[in-house]
Amino acid sequence: MKQATFCAAVLLFAACAPLVTGAQNPGTIFIQNATVLTVTHGNIEHGSILIRDGKIAAVGADLQAPEGAAIIDATGQYVMPGIIDCHSHIAVDGSVNEAGPAVSSMANIADVLNPDDIDIYRDLAGGVTTANILHGSANPIGGQTVVIKLRWGKPASELPFQGALPGIKFALGENPKHSNFPTPPGVTPRYPGTRLGVEEVIRQAFIEAREYKKQWDDYNQRKAAGEQNLIPPRRNVQLDPLVEVMEGKRYVHAHCYRADEILMLIRVANEFGFKVRTFQHVLEGYKIADEIAASGAGGSTFSDWWAYKMEAFDAIPYNAALMADRGVIVSVNSDDAQEARQLNQEAAKSMKNGGLSANDALKLITLNPAIQLGIDARAGSIDVGKDADLAIYNRDPLSVYAVVQKTLIDGQVYFDRQRDIAERATLAAEKQTLLDKEKKAAEAKKDEEKSEKKPETKPDKKKKPSQDGGGAFESGVAGGSR
Amino acid sequence: MKILNLSSRLVALVLAASLAIPAWTQNAAPTSYAIKGGKVFTLAGATIENGTVLVRDGKIAAVGAGIAIPADAQVIDASGLEVYPGMFDPITQMGLNEVSAVSATLDVSELGDYNPELVAATAVNPASAHIAITRANGITEVIAAPGTTGFDLQSGGLIAGQASAFNLAGWTMDEMQINRSVAMVINWPSIQTRSFDFATFSIKEKPYADVKKEYDKAVNALGDWMDRARHYAQAKEKGSPALYERDLKLEALVPVVQGRLPVLVVADEARDIRNAVDFCTKQNLRMILGGGAEAWKVKELLMEKKIPVVLAPTNRLPEQIDTPYDKPYTEPSELFTAGIPIAFSSFGTSFSRRLPQYAGTAVAYGLPHDEALKAVMLNAAQIFGLADQLGTLEPGKIANVIVTNGDPLELQTQVRYLFIKGQLTSTDNKHRELYEQYRKRPQPAR
Repeated sequence: MKQATFCAAVLLFAACAPLVTGAQNPGTIFIQNATVLTVTHGNIEHGSILIRDGKIAAVGADLQAPEGAAIIDATGQYVMPGIIDCHSHIAVDGSVNEAGPAVSSMANIADVLNPDDIDIYRDLAGGVTTANILHGSANPIGGQTVVIKLRWGKPASELPFQGALPGIKFALGENPKHSNFPTPPGVTPRYPGTRLGVEEVIRQAFIEAREYKKQWDDYNQRKAAGEQNLIPPRRNVQLDPLVEVMEGKRYVHAHCYRADEILMLIRVANEFGFKVRTFQHVLEGYKIADEIAASGAGGSTFSDWWAYKMEAFDAIPYNAALMADRGVIVSVNSDDAQEARQLNQEAAKSMKNGGLSANDALKLITLNPAIQLGIDARAGSIDVGKDADLAIYNRDPLSVYAVVQKTLIDGQVYFDRQRDIAERATLAAEKQTLLDKEKKAAEAKKDEEKSEKKPETKPDKKKKPSQDGGGAFESGVAGGSR
Repeated sequence: MKILNLSSRLVALVLAASLAIPAWTQNAAPTSYAIKGGKVFTLAGATIENGTVLVRDGKIAAVGAGIAIPADAQVIDASGLEVYPGMFDPITQMGLNEVSAVSATLDVSELGDYNPELVAATAVNPASAHIAITRANGITEVIAAPGTTGFDLQSGGLIAGQASAFNLAGWTMDEMQINRSVAMVINWPSIQTRSFDFATFSIKEKPYADVKKEYDKAVNALGDWMDRARHYAQAKEKGSPALYERDLKLEALVPVVQGRLPVLVVADEARDIRNAVDFCTKQNLRMILGGGAEAWKVKELLMEKKIPVVLAPTNRLPEQIDTPYDKPYTEPSELFTAGIPIAFSSFGTSFSRRLPQYAGTAVAYGLPHDEALKAVMLNAAQIFGLADQLGTLEPGKIANVIVTNGDPLELQTQVRYLFIKGQLTSTDNKHRELYEQYRKRPQPAR
């Protein structure tokens, strides 16, 4: 019975929150009279954006609304590219960590996407349109990752960002070596327990992957040459993703903190001929920004998180700006469903800490993460031909006072603040009706059975670790993500 | 052996350098400053354009326009700048938590459920790197509250100890301390059927009946402690103290049951808040609510009982799946409109510097800007009985003053000058030093 109420509440929301009239057919949309923050070619005052079939068809100050276009009047408002969160764990059903083996490359986050996670909607309401959904950081080589669009209301199959290269999570330092939480009594501690061992695990895995790749390359070559009755090598689902990494078909997103471990992974990557796509967290990236830039990797970091672990004790809020100064493509990410909905605020801090320009601060959460995820031809700026993924604020999004009014993905309005507010009374009434019905049914059943009275537990409680300070560590333990 | 010795010395040096950077400088002289020409937000009346704030011997001596500047005063040119009381973060683990995951650096949560005799000030580390980093963002005083975080995996108990208020500069805690005991922290026992079990890394569910039984037991025990403290006080008053064995725990609870020391009750869910209010009413305790994520559901009760709220960080997720997405953002405004005194707080240490951001977000969602300023500068002082010393720019108060280049709640605003206890205090800190150090790193050879 408890379960029924819970489901009812979830269904209610899944069904009601994305009530987007006309969202099924994007057609032609015209956003007019806004300050358009293009990120690539300046800000346009009193600008307009024409959207056709989910793509940006025109941007400028002197556009006319085509006949029949749906008009979004954004007078006095600011339009920016939808925010791209390069490090997220929302929309995951259950744990983000396959924490058994030290190499869990066979596990894939894309298999456990949960389109009903309310955090999708909450982050959408914070202007986020795209998120890099990562496996946790319990293992030196973690699971496969997927880039999604926050298409709230759509099934799991429609969340992935089509055409975005898949990734794999690597993790260095305290989390994979299990520094910060006790091994349960009676359980043998898992190897590795040092940064030395972390390197060894990664190197060993790639030695095996290289051998495995060679077997397949030989087989394919001989098969192509017309050789008959060949027996293919045995498939290894643990090594397949690593072969893809070496072939440049899968991005490595490496969780890391300290400068030494970052340099270690650059060396190992060079040894096996692959590139690290992004260093995630990379809180000591500022100490070796030149080396990171030279390796071609991006840096995806926090704004001002620090001291939640020993390896975060030298973290500084100037990290993003300092890495950017040395030529690293830098993004600011969330790693947290709450932090995601204030990424505009977090980006703004790099203006204060390190003196980034307003446009460079915006890039930290738009164009730069798009480049890091290899989707910059489709997202990250307001340019003709790109997907119409946009966030509309009531004022400059780099101000603490800015509030998201609408969020569009593929030209469809997936979040509308006024509509959300307008629907609240209806939703509350519906919930009450369901609860009353439930109560009545429970009472009837009780009378019938004359059984023992059992008070109800709260059905829809969703207790998550707190976000502030403590949350970092808690989440590191529970989700093993930071 | 020699090499070993040398290297271990090096390690010690490096450790000393990274853990105890004396980034702040407070000199003995001068003791008199004139902060001149700024826009002065006193928070006690109208804003003064082109005003002057005189500081002498650690206190504010005068505030106004056209004040004569004493000959011995060092003049701080604040023209084009804004002058405010420093910000006050009323629930932190400042000085008790250096690196959250490293238990050796934590003195937040003691073992055992009832520790009223413990006082935060005992273990506040004045050399904590967090202190200089926090004040650089305009926070000049804080309260460290024991047992207010689950960060170190200890609950901190039900009666966690006494919270201490102090300034964020000083060579020793004696110099920094404002008030050693401003509240007794009570972590209200929440009725939770689901909890995260660290031993098995999974969510454990318990039957409601069991949890309720545990809860009743805890609340009964709390009541017993209060009763015993009353009896203890009576015995001490009426009989010769020599007849009674000294009990540190009961002694610490005497000011609480006598209404001289408020209880800071940490609770988030509406049901827990209601229960806590009920308990404090029956026990006749002065309650301050800490957290209050669902305080918006019990506004009338809080208003009726005149219970102030130290708010959980505004930037947080809603409590329930069906709670409006922006409820944590609008809650401060809702509580203020209902007439409930509110103060913003970080509830943390490394995020104490985010205090103005929490207030700014609340302004974005309806809280009047001047009320948000009060809720980071003045209200905490009023709630914890320190308003005679802090919270406004008025003569006689401790001279905790910030001079900014704009709205202190806005993300890009810089603190240009910082006065703590009337001393011009450096905004240098570990983070800025690392930044300066590494931005000068030469390009490595290729």
